[in-house]
Amino acid sequence: MAVEGRTPEPAQPAGFRAFWARYSPLFVPILAVITALIVGAVIIGITGGDWLAAYIGLWQGAFGSPRALANTVIRSTPYIICGLAVALAFKSGLFNIGAEGQLYAGAMCAVVIGTTLKLPPILHIPMGIVAGAVGGAAWAAIAGILKARTGAHEVINTIMLNYIALRLTDWLIRSRQPLLLGDPLDTSSSRTPFIAESMRLPNIRLGETTALHAGILMAIILVFLVAWFLNRTTIGFELRTSGTNPNAAKYAGISVPKTIVLAMVLSGSLAGLAGAGEVMGVRYAVSTDFISGVGFDAIAVALLARSNPIGILFSGLLWGALLTGARLMQVRAGISIDVIRIIQALIIMFIAADQIVRWMYRIPQRKPGEEVLISKGWGG
Amino acid sequence: MPERRRGVTRRQVIAVGFTLLGLLIILGNFAELGVEPTVTTRLTFGIPNLVLELPTALSLILIGLVWLIAGVVALVPRLDRLGNWGLWSGVALILPAILIWAAAGKQTNAASLIGESLRLATPIALGALAGIYAERSGIINIAIEGMMLTGAAFGFAAFVFTGNIWFGVATAVMLGSVMALIHGVLSISLRTDQIISGTVINILAIGVTGYLRRQFIVDSSGGRVTLPQISVPLLSEIPIIGPLFFVGKPIFFTMVMLVLLTHVVLFYTRWGLRMRAVGENPKAADTVGINVIRTRYLNLALSGAIAGLGGAWFSLETVGSFDDGMTAGKGFIALAAMIFGKWTPFGAFGGASLFGFSEALGIRFQILNVEVFDVPVPTQFLQLLPYLVTMVVLAGLIGRAVGPAAVGKPYDKQ
Repeated sequence: MAVEGRTPEPAQPAGFRAFWARYSPLFVPILAVITALIVGAVIIGITGGDWLAAYIGLWQGAFGSPRALANTVIRSTPYIICGLAVALAFKSGLFNIGAEGQLYAGAMCAVVIGTTLKLPPILHIPMGIVAGAVGGAAWAAIAGILKARTGAHEVINTIMLNYIALRLTDWLIRSRQPLLLGDPLDTSSSRTPFIAESMRLPNIRLGETTALHAGILMAIILVFLVAWFLNRTTIGFELRTSGTNPNAAKYAGISVPKTIVLAMVLSGSLAGLAGAGEVMGVRYAVSTDFISGVGFDAIAVALLARSNPIGILFSGLLWGALLTGARLMQVRAGISIDVIRIIQALIIMFIAADQIVRWMYRIPQRKPGEEVLISKGWGG
Repeated sequence: MPERRRGVTRRQVIAVGFTLLGLLIILGNFAELGVEPTVTTRLTFGIPNLVLELPTALSLILIGLVWLIAGVVALVPRLDRLGNWGLWSGVALILPAILIWAAAGKQTNAASLIGESLRLATPIALGALAGIYAERSGIINIAIEGMMLTGAAFGFAAFVFTGNIWFGVATAVMLGSVMALIHGVLSISLRTDQIISGTVINILAIGVTGYLRRQFIVDSSGGRVTLPQISVPLLSEIPIIGPLFFVGKPIFFTMVMLVLLTHVVLFYTRWGLRMRAVGENPKAADTVGINVIRTRYLNLALSGAIAGLGGAWFSLETVGSFDDGMTAGKGFIALAAMIFGKWTPFGAFGGASLFGFSEALGIRFQILNVEVFDVPVPTQFLQLLPYLVTMVVLAGLIGRAVGPAAVGKPYDKQ
């Protein structure tokens, strides 16, 4: 009788091609990194450097010894956490370039707790972490409230808040009359007093070095926490909905202005945590050259991982590795550390416009509707 | 989001603000009235023998009274016209009030403050014009900062290598354009999100300029030479206005001319009409035969060129060297100036002047060593003034300023 009306399976091209057509989109970030490294090598070559020596130096500087590895992990920690901050905002349809300012705000709050209170570590460390989160959240809330209330675009406001945070920190540290948060014992007046021993994060032993601190554990916990929050909780769902489709969110009874403020607050608290982690684990004080450029780097880290929290763990590590290895690279090949910045920019360029990478490696182009679109003009 | 909030209009907020400010100033200065000897502020205007000597407390009280009355009148319904007059005169009195207060017991040149504001407004105005060309044709250009930085660095490098400062300026303009074209390839052809693409340009600019500086410019001794001062014959002889507008450096003059030119181009030429059509409704523009993609590329390249010129202002017109990140967020402030000016050249110039003024005022405060509560105002506060003003302006205006309709959307010809 009638043959079952099942349409025949479309003929699959066999072998590697089929495999490539199906799974290659997953490799886009890795291929983007490789392509950026190749272009970077060309740039080093053109400007008269030895690219092979440079890259060997880069690798050894980042992973060559336990000490190098520890430095890489330490360096990566703020990028991982700030990357999470940016990703959380991205998912909610917001573009938070202000991770740097929020990190400073969090770090300063942690310093206040660390220098004024006397508590046992079991209380002091959580207090410092909470202070960092609160500081970052408060700083980010300014941009969030302005966006929700007036529609002022968060991109400009968070950048302005970065500059303001840097100036304010500078003032708090340098002011001598009245003495604010500066260290009276520090003659160059370029840092705060060191925090109490009881608020410093415990160190982890790695090979012969003990420089590694527990901040990376905090980062890993946060990675899973953010992943769970975004994908498994109601609030996370609401944030994502108002991010992808504000109109649908409005009809579903979600208050979009509220979610904007909430997303900024959560994002800022993450960045603030990164600042507190730096204070409590690495530097024990805030100096005028604390950490710079983290705002833009965090965006890169988040983009590279396509805002996937687990992916951010790896892209943050890559960022830390590139920056840590750069020093040895400079010694070995005699080229400026800034070439790393160029390579980083190329990585994001190839990620943002992945059509180039897809075309180069014969990966199927993305279907329409899969593009990220966050800029809808200035009016909010 | 033009939502009306709780029945309080912006006008009422401003009126209440003026009323409170007026009250505060009157009360604050009342005690000083009878004190002998009277503290005076001497304002000069760059003309010999013209010194305006004002008793500080009395002048401030008078200005406070004007603000108080203007605020109250503006709150009364049905006195709209009178209220408007009052509010505008109140706004006009802000500058004299700040100067009289800051220079109490001292002498300061009021005319040169305006001159400095205009000079400091130059890169912001150029950046805002760059923003106008890009956004009027439908591309968000958050990369103005990066284009400026690239222009500043490469312009200076070209100057160091060739010894010709004009060649340096030309290089700055060209490199700004090159960065804009990268932005164009990413956002127009590859249809990447325009803000992400702009951010890429900004990061790329930081890396490339830092690499350039450390690898090549670092110990070249060619610095400290800047573009020559020019004074327009005859016009520069006019008292007060002459030195303000007709004595200056080439990029400043170019900026003023570009503001005028952009206004003409935008509103009185076919090119401007096409640009605006593409920015408002690309589909309709396409239907009548305008090449949307080409229009966007051309205007974006022009936007980059202007931003590059703005970059040259930093390294070649003012400082005479290049430092990492020397544009210090001026590119982003320029965007705020553009929004402030509702995407028009004259408005953007006004916005840029406001930001230039806030910066000049900060510098003037430092020179006058202004004290609040018997402590000198920290320099950091004065440095962050332009950033703060940017945020206030954005928050106050953006709801009412509506940009080109198609801005931010990649164009897909289907």
